Amino acid sequence: MATPFIASGGANTNMSALEKLRHFNWGLLLAIAATAGIGFAMLYSAGNGHADPWMSRQALRFAGGFCALIVVALVDFRFWLRHAYPLYALAFLLLIYVEVAGHIGMGAQRWINVGFLQLQPSELMKISLVLALARYFHGLTYEDIGKPINILLPIVMVLVPAGLVLLQPDLGTAGMLVLGGALMFFAAGVRLWKFAIVLVAGLSAIPIGWNFLRDYQKDRILTFLNPETDPLGAGYHILQSKIAFGSGGLFGKGFLQGSQSHLNFLPERQTDFIFTMLAEEFGMVGGLVLLGLYALLIAYGLAIGLRSRNQFGRLVAVGLAGNLFLYVFINMAMVMGLIPVVGVPLPLISYGGTAMLTVLVGFGLIMSVYINRDLRIGRRGGVAED
Amino acid sequence: MTKPQILQRTFGRRVAMLAGGQAVLFSALVGRMYYLQVMETERYRLLAEQNRVNLRLLPPLRGKIVDRFGRPMAINDPNYRVVVVPEQTADMRATLKALARVLPIEPEEIERILRDRNRYRAFVPIPVRENLTWGQVSRVEVNSPDLPGASIEVDQSRSYPFGASTAHVLGYVGSPAENDVGDDPLLQLPGFRIGKTGLEKVYDSQLRGTAGTSEIEVNALGRVIRELARHDANAGVELVSTLDIGLQQFVQQRLAEQQSASAVVLDVVTGDVLAMGSTPSFDPSAFNRGLSGAEWQNLSSDISHPLTNKTIAGQYPPGSTFKTMTAMAALEAGMEPGHTVFCPGFMSLGSVSFHCWRHQGHGTLDMLGGIKNSCDVYFYDVARRIGIDAIADMSRRFGLGQPTGLDLPGEKPGLIPDTVWKKATFNDTWHPGETLIAGIGQGFIQATPLQLAVMTARLANGGYALRPHLVRASRLDDATAPDTTPPFPKMNVNPVHMKLVGEGMRMVVNEPDGTAYGSHISQPGMEMAGKTGSAQVRRITMAERLAGIRKNEDLPWPMRDHALFICFAPTSAPRYAAAVVVEHGGGGAKVAGPIARDIMLECQQRDPAHPPGGTKLAAIRAEG
Repeated sequence: MATPFIASGGANTNMSALEKLRHFNWGLLLAIAATAGIGFAMLYSAGNGHADPWMSRQALRFAGGFCALIVVALVDFRFWLRHAYPLYALAFLLLIYVEVAGHIGMGAQRWINVGFLQLQPSELMKISLVLALARYFHGLTYEDIGKPINILLPIVMVLVPAGLVLLQPDLGTAGMLVLGGALMFFAAGVRLWKFAIVLVAGLSAIPIGWNFLRDYQKDRILTFLNPETDPLGAGYHILQSKIAFGSGGLFGKGFLQGSQSHLNFLPERQTDFIFTMLAEEFGMVGGLVLLGLYALLIAYGLAIGLRSRNQFGRLVAVGLAGNLFLYVFINMAMVMGLIPVVGVPLPLISYGGTAMLTVLVGFGLIMSVYINRDLRIGRRGGVAED
Repeated sequence: MTKPQILQRTFGRRVAMLAGGQAVLFSALVGRMYYLQVMETERYRLLAEQNRVNLRLLPPLRGKIVDRFGRPMAINDPNYRVVVVPEQTADMRATLKALARVLPIEPEEIERILRDRNRYRAFVPIPVRENLTWGQVSRVEVNSPDLPGASIEVDQSRSYPFGASTAHVLGYVGSPAENDVGDDPLLQLPGFRIGKTGLEKVYDSQLRGTAGTSEIEVNALGRVIRELARHDANAGVELVSTLDIGLQQFVQQRLAEQQSASAVVLDVVTGDVLAMGSTPSFDPSAFNRGLSGAEWQNLSSDISHPLTNKTIAGQYPPGSTFKTMTAMAALEAGMEPGHTVFCPGFMSLGSVSFHCWRHQGHGTLDMLGGIKNSCDVYFYDVARRIGIDAIADMSRRFGLGQPTGLDLPGEKPGLIPDTVWKKATFNDTWHPGETLIAGIGQGFIQATPLQLAVMTARLANGGYALRPHLVRASRLDDATAPDTTPPFPKMNVNPVHMKLVGEGMRMVVNEPDGTAYGSHISQPGMEMAGKTGSAQVRRITMAERLAGIRKNEDLPWPMRDHALFICFAPTSAPRYAAAVVVEHGGGGAKVAGPIARDIMLECQQRDPAHPPGGTKLAAIRAEG
């Protein structure tokens, strides 16, 4: 009979780096590389058939991010458990820093220049929040989770950074933090009726929240509800996106042949609307291939979570896979006109350094969960002795 | 079951639920893809095609209007303007300041342009100054290295070299009104002009030409990527007018001496309108650039109606010029030219007296004497004998009481009354006194100067039902073009009668006791025949008649008689006919006659078939 604090089992507690490498899930890595490869092709096309300015830099970032993935995967898994809260605190402080600096400096600023890259604290927060929540729920029993008092702290852990991000203002990322957090609450076993209460409360708060939105955010929502009101203004982007998307047809117009994308009808074709360009050039078939790859990546994440023998690992894998799902779904639904325009990039595909790094670090953590799947960790986080 | 196991089972269930939810949402994405890319793909493909290829219209060059000798009367002048493209200059203000050194540009104008610049995209040229002179254009071009972003653009603007002299005939062009635009995309082009009145309006479709198209590929910002195909515009045709611009200017200047007057000169054989003058006139280019409110107010409220072409839209009682029609009707009714009437200065009908213009009377006159002296009593008597319907029938055959069909907009029909008309309009019987008044061209009768000219031309050309027109198939000097003037049908009128009335008109001008002897032409072979008219516009009361009728000069302008004169020349072989109306000018003989004489003399001297300085009539005769 195991004590509550000391778990048993898990033969591979102290693997060497080489052993860990051998335990890598190569299928997952292949799927990541394939998805990123599609991204490179699309950025090549977005550059009108040139590696500059986007594809070459994106490839470089992918290379860097891939190294980060491996490093993260090789780091002792318990390191992440132990440093989940400090990392969260760091991300939180950085969020406050950009908020204050934004007020002192000029307008909304979302990043900090750290030499080689622009660090977005909100991106860092996405990972840290998953780790922190996983760490928190890892320490609770099923009965603990059932007590409402025990889920107050994680709710604050989610809402406060989300509020800070909302102030930036970045409605998309703030929503992602909340949804990602909710997903982990769900996976951790928070009772379903509590979700129902929050849902009802959230819906009734919409009228109040409306007043806090910026004009452009209101515009986007109104435009989404009635796109015909302003076809050349806020509704223009989504209309152009649908035209490009729909005109692609089943098989697309061919690589580099997307007239809408290449004639600048499509806005932000290298970032948020890159899926539209893919759909225009490769049609529904191309879209389904990419969607299938994402489904595969998410399935890897969920499966790795299910396979893990420690609650922290389970929650990290499912939380990160859930985040990936949210990004993919929201971005694709947005460019197809299913939901309002929110600035959410397509993971591994959209041009952007921090997002790429975040996604790859996330996969590094998933990989780490996979490698350490048989590790048993005590509820206090300390030991996995065997 | 251990507690960790419960946790793990819950986790497993929850992950399964999550996976299920995610699968559902991904299915929604697939469904949306199917909807957009398979079900609706045709619609979006069409939209995409429209997105990419933008059809731009190339406006055609408007056709010129020239006179019968090919002298241009309406042309297109290049309008040079300097524009600045914001994205081509690093410092807009510096460029404008530099421009101000070579062109007169107000500082406020610079500020306005700088303010306006943000309203357009950076590649849209902003006009700085229009209507540059050649000197200004070359100064800008020479200094172009110091003027980054500045360039010269050119388009065409309509211009009328003869200005007000041709304004009523040619009309003017202007921006299409909202209900003009319709479906024609050409009319929606900014700056496109269409004919608003005159020949510019009637022949607008020919003058306009057909638009060309340029298929260009543009991006969503509206920037042109490249031109895919181009079909050049076809310029409008050159319109040849029947006018002789020299004669037209002469007529217009001669009329301008009066406050309000109009005149028409016709070729009695071809129906060509050689000149059509109406004063006062206006500057047609003012309409092209756009009138200010005050200018429009001035033009439209002027009692002399400068905007009205009085030759077709002015309706006047023809007065004594109408006696020619009464005479024609009488002759056709079987009256002998030798029919005599004694004129004591008035004629009594029942209890009412009808007065002759000559208070002391004319004594006994036959028909030629009646015409020559313009005796009112003679024509009272004749009209009373033949009745209004005979007079109305004859005058309609000569073109009165209906539009002549001239190719200008706004022609008025005039009015020839008869018993049927009286019944229909006033539900009243025709009174005999009204017949007497009608017999001397007063009362209900109304005619336009053009109708009077047509009437005279039909009298002079031997009875052909001439129709006036302002446009020829070709220039006069173009020998290759066939003469397309349609042969006018013969009128059902006895030529002998017309000869007789024409002889009466010859006597009016050329016999010392004729009413217009003062306006006779003494150049041999150019003599004209004519008929005076003074149309009363007020009722002369019995009291005034007793006290002595006030002279025209003593009346305020709007109360004075209209002065009219109809004429043709030369008498030996008529080629030209004219009608002159001077509004409130006073006596026809005194005011309108001299103008008509000068016009008749001028147009005979200008006749291309007329050797300079010579008097050979053979050529004219042969042509006539």
